[in-house]
Amino acid sequence: MLNKNSNGSGVQKETQGRSVTFRGGGFSPKPRRWIGPVVFLFLIVIAEWGTRAGWISALTMPRPSDVFVTFQQLYESGLLAKHLGPSLSRLVVGAAIGVSIGIGVGVLIGLFSYIRSGMVPLIAAIFPIPKIALLPLFVIWFGIGEGSKYALIAFGTFTPTVVATYGAVDNVDRSLIRMGQSFGLSWWSIVRKIVLPGAMPGILSGLRISLAIAIILLVAAEMLGAEYGIGAYILEAGSLYDLERLFAGVVILSLLGVIVSTLIGLIERYMLDWRS
Amino acid sequence: MDIRLDGIGHSYGDVEVLKDISLDISSGQIVCIVGPSGCGKSTLLRFLGGLERPKTGEVLQIGSPPEGSLNPLTYVFQDFALLPWRTVKGNVSLVLEGHGLRTDQSSAIIDDVLARTKLTEFADALPKQLSGGMKQRVAIARALAVNPAVMLMDEPLSALDSQTRELLMDDLVDLWSRQPFTAVYVTHNLAEAVRLGHRVVVLSRRPGKIREIVEIDKHLNAREFGDADLDAHQKHLWRLMRDEARAADAELLHA
Ligand SMILES: Nc1ncnc2c1ncn2[C@@H]1O[C@H](COP(=O)(O)OP(=O)(O)OP(=O)(O)O)[C@@H](O)[C@H]1O
Ligand SMILES: [Mg+2]
Repeated sequence: MLNKNSNGSGVQKETQGRSVTFRGGGFSPKPRRWIGPVVFLFLIVIAEWGTRAGWISALTMPRPSDVFVTFQQLYESGLLAKHLGPSLSRLVVGAAIGVSIGIGVGVLIGLFSYIRSGMVPLIAAIFPIPKIALLPLFVIWFGIGEGSKYALIAFGTFTPTVVATYGAVDNVDRSLIRMGQSFGLSWWSIVRKIVLPGAMPGILSGLRISLAIAIILLVAAEMLGAEYGIGAYILEAGSLYDLERLFAGVVILSLLGVIVSTLIGLIERYMLDWRS
Repeated sequence: MDIRLDGIGHSYGDVEVLKDISLDISSGQIVCIVGPSGCGKSTLLRFLGGLERPKTGEVLQIGSPPEGSLNPLTYVFQDFALLPWRTVKGNVSLVLEGHGLRTDQSSAIIDDVLARTKLTEFADALPKQLSGGMKQRVAIARALAVNPAVMLMDEPLSALDSQTRELLMDDLVDLWSRQPFTAVYVTHNLAEAVRLGHRVVVLSRRPGKIREIVEIDKHLNAREFGDADLDAHQKHLWRLMRDEARAADAELLHA
């Protein structure tokens, strides 16, 4: 094949040339700031249009502008603060307990063979339990007051934090730990200065999941014996089929989710700027 | 402080890695260790630094480490092992923390070692901003900061390109001439061995035994890239190693 044409008798030599087909690129998403808000706005406009024009019936979906009005009333009557306050404190206390115990246990699992062998199956056993199912148990253990609510949220955030943390500790570069040992650093310094910072990326991405779960569990926690709270507000609206108030409550939870995720993003930018 | 290896032998499971290694490392000398892949050079270095214990034989310290040595046996790693979240200065200060030094003492040490490794202007840079050669200079600065009696270097330059390697060899020679240090320097690169070694220890293939110890008398400063007598040493080393390396290479295929 090659030899046949080499003396130029058959095919004429092409001098023009074609540019090589491009087949690289892609597979590396970059942030496009404005796309997120545009998606939200688009969906809201569609819903507003549909409910006004009538091709979405008022029974299936509340009108976004009505939800907004309900929200405004909630704010002006001062009820918003009344509901948000207890919810936020439950979220913060519960998640703080769950996350800190989770990180502690996760680090121990990552570092000690016996704890790992003992705890990993246990964690696997409790991870899939719907924590809501245990609410009666928590009420018996911690009472109908704030205790059971903290416990539920703490328990729900604990398991994903543990799993993320020990995975992150496993991924810390062992050569850095050997380096620490070779310079005679104490065990505690190695954990504090090498293991924990090295595991931080994994812990923070686990935190995204844990905190979203905490917000989910907030509603469950307020099912029992809560007068005020976003969850209580949503549940009450739900039982009355008051869709405007239901949606106003849901929007608050969504906003909470967006705020938490943004905060973690900021922490990541600040704490993990050493990553290349 | 001198180091004496006394009849070191070791095996991992059924695999005998090192056999009857006896060697004296006297202070102020750079001892290079060369040998075919898998002959146990890194293992030997781990014994020297106390990160692992040999099955037979002993590593002995003779005399006491110099005054103010914070970590007498100090490694320089092939992959630098810098903490990516600490700056150049922070990486050096890591090994000074926990020794009860006052802030002014440790910052004096840091300034000194950064100046000696020509890193002063990069004190606040993060590792991700540095080239490979710079990273290894940070690692060397960190090793110098603890004022080691013996530096244990496992292929410190083999992750670098050959130009950077030349430059760093010059830097090491410079450092040594200004203030002689003791080092055990493991390498695959015979040019590095004849350039930096006062003695070059040639190990046989696994199980590693000492095949020959080549003394190179020429002063480190007087050695230059492409010196005829160094070339002769290098050729001699290569002749010693060639058959071992070939046999070791074939062995891995049958394993
Ligand atoms: N922890 C270990 N467990 C089992 N075998 C090991 C261990 N460490 C090293 N070995 C084996 O011991 C032998 C010597 O390893 P070592 O890393 O010391 O060789 P080396 O001379 O440094 O090789 P290289 O030139 O490739 O760096 C190799 O065959 C290796 O597979
Ligand atoms: Mg090695």
